[in-house]
Amino acid sequence: MPTEILMPALSPTMEEGTLAKWLVKEGDTVSSGDILAEIETDKATMEFEAVDEGTIGKILVDEGTENVKVNTAIAVLLEDGESADDIGETSAPAPAAEAAPASVPAAPVAAAPAPDAPAPDSSPDWPEGTEMKKMTVREALNAAMAEEMRADETVFVMGEEVAEYQGAYKITQNLLEEFGAKRVIDTPITEHGFAGIGVGAAWGGLKPIVEFMTWNFAMQAIDHIINSAAKTNYMSGGQLGCPIVFRGPNGAAARVAAQHSQDYAAWYAQVPGLKVVQPYSAADAKGLLKSAIRDPNPVVFLENEILYGRSFDVPVLDDFTIPFGKARVVRSGEDVTIVSFGIGMQYALEAAEKLAEDGVSAEVIDLRTLRPLDYDTVIASVMKTNRCVTVEEGWPVASIGNHISATLMERAFDYLDAPVVNCTGKDVPMPYAANLEKLALTSTAEVLEAVKQVTYR
Amino acid sequence: MAARKSTKKSNVSADELKQLYRDMLLIRRFEEKAGQLYGMGLIGGFCHLYIGQEAVVVGLEANTEEGDKRITTYRDHGHMLACGMDPDGVMAELTGREGGYSKGKGGSMHMFSRDKHFYGGHGIVGANVPLGAGLALADQYLGNDRVTFTYFGDGAANQGQVYETFNMAALWSLPVVFVIENNQYAMGTSQKRSTSTPDIYTRGAAFGIPGEAVDGMNVLSVKEAGAKAVAHCRSGKGPYILEVKTYRYRGHSMSDPAKYRTREEVQKVREEKDCIENVRDMLLSGKHASEDDLKAIDKEIKDIVSKSADFAKESPEPALEELWTDIYVDA
Repeated sequence: MPTEILMPALSPTMEEGTLAKWLVKEGDTVSSGDILAEIETDKATMEFEAVDEGTIGKILVDEGTENVKVNTAIAVLLEDGESADDIGETSAPAPAAEAAPASVPAAPVAAAPAPDAPAPDSSPDWPEGTEMKKMTVREALNAAMAEEMRADETVFVMGEEVAEYQGAYKITQNLLEEFGAKRVIDTPITEHGFAGIGVGAAWGGLKPIVEFMTWNFAMQAIDHIINSAAKTNYMSGGQLGCPIVFRGPNGAAARVAAQHSQDYAAWYAQVPGLKVVQPYSAADAKGLLKSAIRDPNPVVFLENEILYGRSFDVPVLDDFTIPFGKARVVRSGEDVTIVSFGIGMQYALEAAEKLAEDGVSAEVIDLRTLRPLDYDTVIASVMKTNRCVTVEEGWPVASIGNHISATLMERAFDYLDAPVVNCTGKDVPMPYAANLEKLALTSTAEVLEAVKQVTYR
Repeated sequence: MAARKSTKKSNVSADELKQLYRDMLLIRRFEEKAGQLYGMGLIGGFCHLYIGQEAVVVGLEANTEEGDKRITTYRDHGHMLACGMDPDGVMAELTGREGGYSKGKGGSMHMFSRDKHFYGGHGIVGANVPLGAGLALADQYLGNDRVTFTYFGDGAANQGQVYETFNMAALWSLPVVFVIENNQYAMGTSQKRSTSTPDIYTRGAAFGIPGEAVDGMNVLSVKEAGAKAVAHCRSGKGPYILEVKTYRYRGHSMSDPAKYRTREEVQKVREEKDCIENVRDMLLSGKHASEDDLKAIDKEIKDIVSKSADFAKESPEPALEELWTDIYVDA
């Protein structure tokens, strides 16, 4: 049966083109790969090659014709033994409608937050009466890794100075001694490369913990965190999950200036496919890091250098984890909700303490995980207090606080008695000078001022 | 027209030679069909064809064992067919349908198969190189003697992460064969205009990685060099670099008018060096196969490819709920 040669689409956006020149004539024999014609698209003149073998039986569109629609028959190809007389019973062209899938995606069904009443999970993180022990955040993170490495042979740590130096911030102290060089791997200073190797190793059956000396240096590796780790499960139709933890200190430390002082919470929290954690207390650091290592998905685990040396009560339990997506109401209150995470919690808690002295009862929520984010706990609280202040050290534009505010507007508008106020870092690169650095960060005083604003005091 | 040079003496059996012919022909016909479906608007976006380079992946795959891994760039259809992935599933992914390897959510550049140890299909130039070394690290850690084939182009060979990876792969003796598919053009920029060294494999020397250049238009040369590289990696000696000098006949992607090279240049390679014609000549001149035998293979391939095209057209678009699946693995 004669085959119609159709006007081809030669770019992702081409709908029609000019048939500039025929390079074959009726009666010519062509084989696959021969150039048949030159076609002008909106961008360039392209050569159009034959796919099938045969003889050009008839040219249907003359050269020089403009605005030839894609999929219009432009010539007829005859196979061995066919003649021009057979033209007319050509193969049917593909239905053009099929080529332009333009159906509007259905409204989100599963992932959108339910518009219904919030159902916060207020169960305790550990059984009442559990023995507690003082521990620094550093010790808690170290213990979490050691426990998980003991439990699972495929868990290993890699990064700069994690082994022989015992960790730039001593988070991996003694791991080399216990687990050996195979499982505690010193890397060269090459974030882009070792982040990619970590992702490949995760696909290959291991559970890597990739330590970045600080998250600032991970900007060299962000392509692998997002394009390789976060997106591949989706792009593979669910075949290639990536059980990896990227961790290290994030945000401002002290007097290290702009390149070493950035909070990446909002950046990573934006990415579907990632889970994002930013703990404040030692108990959360331990329980959440253990969850992160066990999670079959890529986890961005944002620590804080200033918090490393702080001590908190940590439950004495053989195996203790904190689930993702569960915020913690650290302090109950009635008059205002203060939402924070990571080091922002210290301002939130100090402010709540001072407010209590002035007779203002603040409820303080530690989000703990930023993706998934526990909307319900925040909304339930705001439905009670009718006022909300958010606190974080990151920049103000497109901050976590902005997102919380928008969500409250959508889901709890009628319960708000005042616009939500976001306390954030200032919209500047971090200065070095001590006085300016202090000014660039948020503060307890700013939180107090924000609470005054939302409570109209 | 200059005579096609078949300098390589056949060091394989007639059956093997026929298999190599068949495998290369499958890729070529599949790609031609993909080009056609693109022209009909059934395949969208970017579509990078492998036509001309078939001997590279077919020659290397001839050296693989079960469990060996492979990872490549966005010019990936040939690699998938060569490692035994189903042409139906590959073509249906190109058309963005439910029956595709990624349920239509990855497209031409992002396909994977756990079963066949094919780890993509990556769209960021150079990114698959450390990923491949990571797969090799996992095998080394788990104590098996599997090898990872990490394919990338002459263009990717100028990315910094490639050299970060060379350093770590050599430092840790990772079992990875780096295959540089040098088709001489990084999109529209010739190697001469982009790359300081004429032989890219020599860059491995700076890291202590052995390597060699291979005629990528001759499948037997590729197979032989691959055997040496694989033996090196499998025995625990660390990485190896093969720079396979090849040529792509089509544009960088379907929408590339390829004005950076002459039609004569392309035609000359096709006529004098074509990897498939090369084997065809060997089969016929060595009397390993008759014209009829080859016709039968052609027919078999044509049927496989047209079946894949039919499947790719008939398979439905993914259900709308698929928008929200596979973002996370259930914890």
